Amino acid sequence: MPENNGMTIIASKGTLDWAFPPFIVGSTAAAMGKEVTIFFTFYGLGLLLKDLSGLRVSPQGNPAMPMKMPFGPQWLQKIDFGPKIPNIMWNIPGMELFATSMMKKTMKKNNIATIEELRDVCLEMDVKLIACEMTIGMFGYSRDDFIDGIEYAGAATYLDIAQNSNHDLFI
Amino acid sequence: MVQHTLDATGLNCPMPILKAKQALAKMDAKDILKVTCTDKGSTKDFIAFCHQTDNTLISHETKEDQFIFNIEKNS
Repeated sequence: MPENNGMTIIASKGTLDWAFPPFIVGSTAAAMGKEVTIFFTFYGLGLLLKDLSGLRVSPQGNPAMPMKMPFGPQWLQKIDFGPKIPNIMWNIPGMELFATSMMKKTMKKNNIATIEELRDVCLEMDVKLIACEMTIGMFGYSRDDFIDGIEYAGAATYLDIAQNSNHDLFI
Repeated sequence: MVQHTLDATGLNCPMPILKAKQALAKMDAKDILKVTCTDKGSTKDFIAFCHQTDNTLISHETKEDQFIFNIEKNS
């Protein structure tokens, strides 16, 4: 095993879309022989909860998000509604749930792995998942809220592990 | 030498690589894993995977919309 074979990732975001990069890159790096550690802090902490049903995605303030129908006739599915819908529309109650539901349907249709699956693979491949102890206190979580098999620590632990890493990502 | 097969058709990045890794972990050295997938990025990804993990990519071919890889486990 070469020196500095580690990969460290800080996962700081907790929306459905941003939940993917840490688990995809982390699991793939582990499959390719790296020792991977993901440190979940602030909103990223939510990705370690037992219940991931709260993961959402919002087109609000997210103008780059393509908005295509995951069903219906082909001509309809090709239309990108993103630039056509004024952003203020996404303020209407229920629109975030609607956008989340569309995103989940699109992912299912394209056979994209779910966050639960990717997280399970990470654990199987011995990716170290660390929950930020400070954020747990700040947001009023308890350890019972989180999945088994994770560790609890703070910034100094992360930095100590990152010392032996030649990939260090902030997501 | 034993030939193993992995059907990863329909799966998208990164699942074919992850499934291949899991299959290789259960195999003995010098066994061959034949992976079939439909993920369009898989050719480059399997070349990179084998390069990084010191397994040997004996062959890769494209048949219509399928990508087929033969990987020899080195250790």
